[in-house]
Amino acid sequence: MKLSNIIVVGALAIGAAMVLLPFFWMISISLKPQGEIFTADLRILPQHPTLMNYWKAIVETDIPLYLLNGVIVTGSILVLQLVVTIPCAYALAHRDFMGRKLFFGAIVAALLVPFHVTAIPIFIGFAQLKILNTYTALILPFVSTAFGLFLLRQAYAQIPDEIIDAARVDGMSEMGIAWRIGFPLCMPTVIAFAIFSVTAHWNDLFWPLIATTDPDLATPPRGILFFRDQESGDDVGPLMAGAALITAPLIIGFLMAQKRFTQGLASTGLKG
Amino acid sequence: MSAVTQSEVSGRISLEGVTKKFGEAEAIKNISLTLHKGEFVALLGASGCGKSTTLRLLAGLETATSGRVMLNGRDVTKEGPAARNIALMFQSYALYPHLTVAQNISMPLRLGRMSALQRLPGAGLLSNSVRGMQDAIAKRVLEVATTLRLEKLLQRKPSQLSGGQQQRVALARALVRDPSAFLLDEPLSNLDTQLRGDTRDELRALHRRTQYPFLLVTHDQSDALSMADRIAVMIDGQIAQLGTPKNIFETPANIAVATFIGNHRMNMVPPGEAELLHTAGGQCHVGVRPEDVRISPNGKLEAVVESIAFHGEETILRMKTQNNTTLRTMLRGTQSLPSQGQTVGLAVEQSAMHFFDRQGQRQKVPQ
Repeated sequence: MKLSNIIVVGALAIGAAMVLLPFFWMISISLKPQGEIFTADLRILPQHPTLMNYWKAIVETDIPLYLLNGVIVTGSILVLQLVVTIPCAYALAHRDFMGRKLFFGAIVAALLVPFHVTAIPIFIGFAQLKILNTYTALILPFVSTAFGLFLLRQAYAQIPDEIIDAARVDGMSEMGIAWRIGFPLCMPTVIAFAIFSVTAHWNDLFWPLIATTDPDLATPPRGILFFRDQESGDDVGPLMAGAALITAPLIIGFLMAQKRFTQGLASTGLKG
Repeated sequence: MSAVTQSEVSGRISLEGVTKKFGEAEAIKNISLTLHKGEFVALLGASGCGKSTTLRLLAGLETATSGRVMLNGRDVTKEGPAARNIALMFQSYALYPHLTVAQNISMPLRLGRMSALQRLPGAGLLSNSVRGMQDAIAKRVLEVATTLRLEKLLQRKPSQLSGGQQQRVALARALVRDPSAFLLDEPLSNLDTQLRGDTRDELRALHRRTQYPFLLVTHDQSDALSMADRIAVMIDGQIAQLGTPKNIFETPANIAVATFIGNHRMNMVPPGEAELLHTAGGQCHVGVRPEDVRISPNGKLEAVVESIAFHGEETILRMKTQNNTTLRTMLRGTQSLPSQGQTVGLAVEQSAMHFFDRQGQRQKVPQ
């Protein structure tokens, strides 16, 4: 092995270790019995590993409810985002209408505006509509997404015009083309977008913190806060188990989608 | 009203004085063209002459700026492609990459015969009538696939097929629904020479069998000359000449058509200099195909040989006259070739001459 390779691999390993250490620490603590957590000496691995903390997190706390809320909110956001974004992306890429360039320019401009800028106006608007503290309040602000529009418009623009025309000649409606031709052909991009969207909204703490105060509506990160506030001042074990449970769906989901994700990126799927 | 009977009207599609503008630019200028049942028409022109736009206007993918599109006596100018039921085969074949061959071929039928609800997956399990439709469609797909030798490939994806197979799938998709006309956009340009010849024969046979009006769009004159009953030569968004292949080759209507048609570009001797070939040449352009130019010591028109290109069966000489007119001649065999730089006399039979007036229009000259 060449020296340069050793240096590169070594640097990558140190980087990976730094990124993984907190996760590892979290898992380690979540497996330790309570007595082992606050000891004077530092032990990486639990001496008497136990699943007691997980049991506690699942049975004695509201973490299952938070997970369910997370699924409802991120799932609804993703589905509604696609319902809005797919036809828009198709229209922006393949139809001629007045102001098309202007709309696309506006979308690119909107990419530059962080959500935090619009959060307060949306909060005030929702307060006027009296829909704060509902699922709607958690879902609605994210249904239209400049990022998703941009990403999918670029993917739809890759579809050759002749395939779109062929579908028109075959008698397909414009909506049909957007969903039955465009959607499957853009699947790699849709999956990439879905990963971004689900990760962002599953982990989002900022907006749930503003829009909801009801613990029954808490999404996982928000829920963790409730959990910590209420009971876990010194009950770190179940807290870490809860945190592990909350990050698990994302990691499992990514591992499962990773193959399709990278496969999709490798071959455009539009040849032939 | 008009006295045309139904039988005369059916299977006929026409453009009537159609103009298409993109912004200010006129892509198509006042074109009229009729396709009859059982007819094979080629739309021939260089790229950018508006032939693809004409095809898209017929298919309903573009809307005419002015003029009318008539289908079987009905005005369809404002109607979309679905309502016109015109089959179109694209240059790139435009198969749906994510669907199997069978699904590709059945698409027009599923969309034409079944409602959105009936197309839902699983609808066949719930309803007998939907299952009946699905069976009828599958039967028709198999029928068309069999005539095009695709029956073994029905479960493949387009990316697993060769170019020729992909083209046959595109043909099958176009033919599956009994179209009112069949438009082909450069169907041969993606095939290698071997396959081209076969495909020409196959398309001709297909046309004879089905008797749909065929419109072939091509930039390749040998495709047009060998396949079509009639050729429309398009130049600059207009139809420069419409006639049988023989007619267009033998009596081109103007200089533009004359120099476009033919394997080797027709020589055009300008008025004045052309007097050396024929008395009418004082006022007329004289056009001569390279294969009709002979080297003869008696020839009054003299030219200097600039280059000699050997093409196997024939040799092509490029020459320049005193007035800087470039002329080409095609010689058979290799005997008695002049050498480069030599001055030779050129002679042409009068029957091989084409006369055009100063505006470029064909001129009749007494023999």
